[in-house]
Amino acid sequence: MPELCSRSLTHIRQALAEKTVSAAEVTAAALTRIEATEPAVKALLSLQADEAKARAVELDAAGPDPCKPLWGVPLIVKDVLATKGVPTTCGSKMLENFRPVYDATVIERLKDAGAILLGKANMDEFAMGSTTENSAYFTTKNPWDTGRVPGGSSGGSGASVAACQAYGALGTDTGGSIRLPASFCGIVGLKPTYGRVSRFGMVAYGSSLDQIGPMTRTVEDAARLLQVIAGHDKRDSTSVDAPVPDYVAALGKRKDLSGLTIGLPAEYWDEGLSPEVAEACANAVKKAEELGAKTVRVNLKLSQYAIATYYIIAVAEASSNLARFDGVRYGHRDTTADSLIDMYVKSRSTGFGEEVQRRIILGTYVLSSGYYDAYYRKAAQVRRLLRQDFEAALTMCDVLAGPVCPTTAFKMGEMTSDPLQMYLMDIFTISTNLAGLPGMSLPVGLGRETGMPVGLQLTGRAFDEATMLQLAHVLEQNVPATGLATL
Amino acid sequence: MKISPEEVAKVARLARLELSQDKIDQYAAQLGDILGYMDKLGELDTSAVAPMYTPVDHVSVMRDDVVEKRYAREDILKNAPETDGAFFIVPRIV
Repeated sequence: MPELCSRSLTHIRQALAEKTVSAAEVTAAALTRIEATEPAVKALLSLQADEAKARAVELDAAGPDPCKPLWGVPLIVKDVLATKGVPTTCGSKMLENFRPVYDATVIERLKDAGAILLGKANMDEFAMGSTTENSAYFTTKNPWDTGRVPGGSSGGSGASVAACQAYGALGTDTGGSIRLPASFCGIVGLKPTYGRVSRFGMVAYGSSLDQIGPMTRTVEDAARLLQVIAGHDKRDSTSVDAPVPDYVAALGKRKDLSGLTIGLPAEYWDEGLSPEVAEACANAVKKAEELGAKTVRVNLKLSQYAIATYYIIAVAEASSNLARFDGVRYGHRDTTADSLIDMYVKSRSTGFGEEVQRRIILGTYVLSSGYYDAYYRKAAQVRRLLRQDFEAALTMCDVLAGPVCPTTAFKMGEMTSDPLQMYLMDIFTISTNLAGLPGMSLPVGLGRETGMPVGLQLTGRAFDEATMLQLAHVLEQNVPATGLATL
Repeated sequence: MKISPEEVAKVARLARLELSQDKIDQYAAQLGDILGYMDKLGELDTSAVAPMYTPVDHVSVMRDDVVEKRYAREDILKNAPETDGAFFIVPRIV
């Protein structure tokens, strides 16, 4: 692999700022890397090579700008984010020819920061899935072992960054869709606090759960990307008008973990983990203790109810959000229909894939008269109890730690036949979204059995991404290096 | 909770989806499993708990009602499956 491509975002932006390398050179190297790895990885739904090259030339002509923190840095974004004039498919046939007329707020912010967008990453259709096997186009492969899944739904973003196609990517996380692929692909993935990042221009799945966040090869890279995308946006009324701390500066303020308390939820550690995941995560926690952190056992007693709660709320919100796809203003239309209703029905039935239809039906069911109280309202009540559980646990510690997933990346096709079995893989990640808290996945080494990356999940207090990042940053330099996938 | 194929067909209609009989039967079985799993929430007494619909306890955000023209009509219409250059065209309604 070319050395230029394997560098961190932090290194490359420094080199670009110092003009030891040009934006055009970095972009050309990334595009060559994409060409070399894409046949095996299949991470990208579309490539904007010409636009990226032109933008690099433009940036080089103007020269490095110290006010632009991502000046000249090539990035990938998940195809659920609206990009002006550039295909935005959400991994669905429904939006095969859709070209948004505006940029999502996070895309605007990346562009304003000087970033170069290379392409759009594959994903499970409308972000519904944990493996990227639900993409309507093709399945992305895990760069560590192309017979295994990259995780999902931001699997294209995860695989692309792990394959060094770009210096970072944006993913979205409704129930673990950033953290799971980050864990499976051996990179850093961060889901910010609900309200930290504007979702304007993100095609909605579960509106009370969705967040956009960075996927990168180092913790500092994630801090830099988060810095650019975080903050209030009047176009998303759920984005919170609160000051954004200097995350990068925060990383420099801590050399060890003294004074930090890490909570270890019994429900996440005590059963159901594959031995290699348990071992790698336990070793990371032991290392944290050696570095001065205190650890304390905590309980998240309602964890056993989290998946049921999550899937009721997520599918209910999805069924409402996806009602907009009716074949009228944008998206796929079935032209054989002769009445309006028939046109809606046929367009939706031929445009949406199987998992999306299953979730719409389930969501419509739990919201329907007669079942609303038993399912949707009940889940919303349990959701409050779940959050109280987390709030209580986080009074005893600064950050919670546990595995991201009970296993490392599984083989292609292993989970596709039984949707419920697939939903159960999200057991450790979904509560974070229900509670609206920030969470991240940090690579802590390779599993002893499979040789695949293991991710440690950190969960912080609301709007305290900084402490979580500090802990991850110190730990990153002291756990066994995960390294890069050989491709 | 069991869900019958007839119920699946009815809910699909409400969601403006049309399923083959095979799919209806398959979804009925799968959704029955999933709903059965979800029924475990019934074990919890939540009679005194207020539902939480969003993690951000914010009040409705108000702003002045000002018209802004941000996008051009022809750009918006470009994504539509059928237009007459000024409007979206749909199959005849009446």
